[in-house]
Amino acid sequence: MQLTDLTALELGAAIKSRACSVEEAVRASLARIAALDGRIGAFITVCEQEALQEARRVQRGIDDGSLTHPLAGVPMALKDNLSTRGVRTTCGSRMLEGYVPTFDATVVERLRALGAVCVGKTNMDEFAMGSSTETSYFHPTRNPFDPARVPGGSSGGSAAAVAAREVPYALGSDTGGSIRQPASFCGVTGLKPTYGAVSRYGLIAYASSLDQIGPLCRDALDAAAVHAAIAGADARDATSVQAPPLPPLGAPDLAGLCVGIPEEYLGEGLDPQVRARVLDCAQTLRELGAQVERCSMPALRAAIPAYYVLASAEASSNLSRYDGIKYGYRAAPRPDGEEDLTGLYARTRSEGFGREVKRRVLLGTFALCSGYYDAYYAKAQRARALIRASFDEALARFDALLGPTAPTTAFPLGERLDDPLQMYLGDIYTVSVNLAGLPGLSIPCGADAQGLPVGAQLIAAPFGEGTLLRIAAAYQAATGHHRRAPKEVG
Amino acid sequence: MTAYEMVVGLEVHVELATRTKLFCACSAAFGGAPNTHCCPVCSGMPGALPVLNRRVVDLAIATGLALGCRITRHTQFDRKNYFYPDLPKAYQISQLYMPICRGGSVQIDVGGARKDVRIHEIHMEEDAGKLVHDPWTDRTMADYNRCGVPLLEIVSEPDMRSPEEVVAYLEKLRATLQYLGVSDCKMQEGSLRADVNLSVRPVGSEALGTRTEMKNLNSFKAIARAVAGEFRRQVELLQDGRAVRQETRRWDDNKDTSFAMRSKEDAQDYRYFPEPDLPPLVIDEAWIERVRASLPELAEAKIARFQRDMGLSERDARALTAEKPLCDLFEQTAACCARPKDAANWVMGEVRAALKARGLAPDALTLAPEALARIVLLTAQGSLARDGAREALQAAMDASPDAPLDVDAFARAHGLLLARDDGACERAVREALQAFPAEVARCRAGEEKLVGFLVGQAMKRMPGRGDPRRVSELLREALRAPDA
Repeated sequence: MQLTDLTALELGAAIKSRACSVEEAVRASLARIAALDGRIGAFITVCEQEALQEARRVQRGIDDGSLTHPLAGVPMALKDNLSTRGVRTTCGSRMLEGYVPTFDATVVERLRALGAVCVGKTNMDEFAMGSSTETSYFHPTRNPFDPARVPGGSSGGSAAAVAAREVPYALGSDTGGSIRQPASFCGVTGLKPTYGAVSRYGLIAYASSLDQIGPLCRDALDAAAVHAAIAGADARDATSVQAPPLPPLGAPDLAGLCVGIPEEYLGEGLDPQVRARVLDCAQTLRELGAQVERCSMPALRAAIPAYYVLASAEASSNLSRYDGIKYGYRAAPRPDGEEDLTGLYARTRSEGFGREVKRRVLLGTFALCSGYYDAYYAKAQRARALIRASFDEALARFDALLGPTAPTTAFPLGERLDDPLQMYLGDIYTVSVNLAGLPGLSIPCGADAQGLPVGAQLIAAPFGEGTLLRIAAAYQAATGHHRRAPKEVG
Repeated sequence: MTAYEMVVGLEVHVELATRTKLFCACSAAFGGAPNTHCCPVCSGMPGALPVLNRRVVDLAIATGLALGCRITRHTQFDRKNYFYPDLPKAYQISQLYMPICRGGSVQIDVGGARKDVRIHEIHMEEDAGKLVHDPWTDRTMADYNRCGVPLLEIVSEPDMRSPEEVVAYLEKLRATLQYLGVSDCKMQEGSLRADVNLSVRPVGSEALGTRTEMKNLNSFKAIARAVAGEFRRQVELLQDGRAVRQETRRWDDNKDTSFAMRSKEDAQDYRYFPEPDLPPLVIDEAWIERVRASLPELAEAKIARFQRDMGLSERDARALTAEKPLCDLFEQTAACCARPKDAANWVMGEVRAALKARGLAPDALTLAPEALARIVLLTAQGSLARDGAREALQAAMDASPDAPLDVDAFARAHGLLLARDDGACERAVREALQAFPAEVARCRAGEEKLVGFLVGQAMKRMPGRGDPRRVSELLREALRAPDA
């Protein structure tokens, strides 16, 4: 058996028991990246030297007993919108192609402190805007299950890296589905935590009121371990809160648990094969002792428009700082020497941002303009409140909600790139969870006829990560969907 | 011809006297080498997030309570979006929708007439950085030290009708903010800045005219001149049958005139929306009460106390409290010498005159109250004459604050102490009478004006040290005596 076949906790245990060294684990990961990533393109930056150096430091810590965490010594990857001190952090954009942060994001700091070893920074849609990782300035990422297809996005690099066994786990960020949807497309387990559960300090913002950092893993046990390691209040993020610790995942059955399936999650636009796999999943949950019922949440119809107004509005403001003045891309001086500030801004931003980013910046700027604010931004906020209330009501009745993560399985590269509306509609089942600030989990629940993974999404009340992970752990103990590895790259 | 009146409202920005910035732990101190009071948060690096400095909220609440405002219990911050190189996030965190204070007023007194200038709102916001143009290299450099320094913007209603009212409002507001310890209000360091909104209308009209906003006002005097100048400009336009354009104008104090900067049509759309990186701010009763309990004594309370406990007139009490540095000096001096009326006269008279002669603002005063108290006391006892006391005051003002002047030693060393020793005076009087027997005789015959001459002669014989009152007394006694 290869080290890269182990889950994060298995590898951590092997390191702890001296079955392998940290350096061996890190070298195994680096070797797999070297062998596969030319075809997958999961990484923007591979930090070979830094990782090997870090491996030696962590090994000393493990040897002297100062590093005892179950993830100590385990290699991992970080989405390239998580600030890493001394390692360039591009956000998948030309704008930040050469940007090297002077500080670590809080999640990076926390993982480093327990002995995690970062082997590289993963590809993503530019500034996390996209659902296919095709809007990256650098290169597209290919789905390890079918290299002609997208891995999903925006955390497509993280999902593909985990699916291809390049790393046992990776961090991503989720603003409207960017962890869950690529997890679904790549057959991995992806957790989007409750808004505020994980500090956003150092996460390069797309939409501040929606962004959350979370893990993409091989199974629910790993996801629980990584989530516990990165969660917790942070004095540097005023929106972060201290959640109660995760309960032990324990019980293999789900007796006493009540799961709802909103009709709106099974409606028009849903691929019948995805629908069938999700209903299979519901049946398995029943067999494990859960009570599963249908329910209705009509307010969800407003989710897509509300999300694209609010996320774009916040993005238009968050991305204004990329003006070519302090850091990042700056347009070349005009040949005639006539430099004016507005012109410099305009050329820098026209050249430094890609099409999708510019589309959303324009959309968001428009939505915030005086005269349109009430019709768009304020109205979208009201829709958001309705969606939140609708979830409150449903989650007072059910411990968790179940549905598909995405309406389809992975689509071919290029298929939706010129059809933003179709691309946006792919987020229909995920964005509402961000609008309500809830935790959401995507787990593999089978495959379609072409062998492409299907993801089931579980949603719980705020700080209900424990419930989601318990259901997922019980499901994964009873089924093997999460263990299916892509053959094409094997 | 129609008579016009001006309608003026002010937007005053004050930098708050906090140790750290509004959203990070960087120093908020004035100055510092460029870009040394900066961190990822205030320099707008990707991924950095703001965290509210609650001390700023304390100071905003204190200001609101002192001005009689309503404190907003559920407030929030908003983003004001615009591009400029001194604003590294390309948005300023400010408050639009729910400012922390609303209502309230500032009471002013112009020529004996009291008036309340109403406050529209007070909101918290962060300062921007500074651009420095280097003409030598023709490059512009950005200094982010001021980025994120906390500001209060205090917006008045358009209640002022003359330059005098504008200045009275600013002086009263500044004194209040200084008493509160909210800000040092130094215009020269930019910690107090005022923009003037002004329109004109025919006297008797209730409707408001088109207003302009005047910026770049660096002193109260400049503000008074700008108000008068803008009033004239607008009245002339209307009298010529032209219209006032709604625009922002820049005052040039050297040229005593203003220039249009931008018109309403070019006004930016700041695309305000609630700041998502900061949770809504809930201010409960306990918080307000804690601030209220910590409020220092404000000017009106001091005025009452000075009259009640120190026997000052209302006029003196008001004059003393108008400027906090002078008021502080007065209170400390009075406490040292236990002669509040004399201390008040000295502060309002000699000290103020000396400051003016030196071209100093009151906040530049470094005079030690102990030294002034000693001068007041020696003068009151008759040990120092007015001239000698003034000389001692100048020396006391020159002394460094760490080493205050020893007034007694100074007066002795410079021969300023008046001779109270009757022996020396009597000797001098006797010598003078003997030197001018003819004048003595004429004096005794009733030529009163020669008394002064003889006093002068006696004084000459004890140069610099004679107490003229005592010499004159002794001389008159001697003249009355049958045989000198």
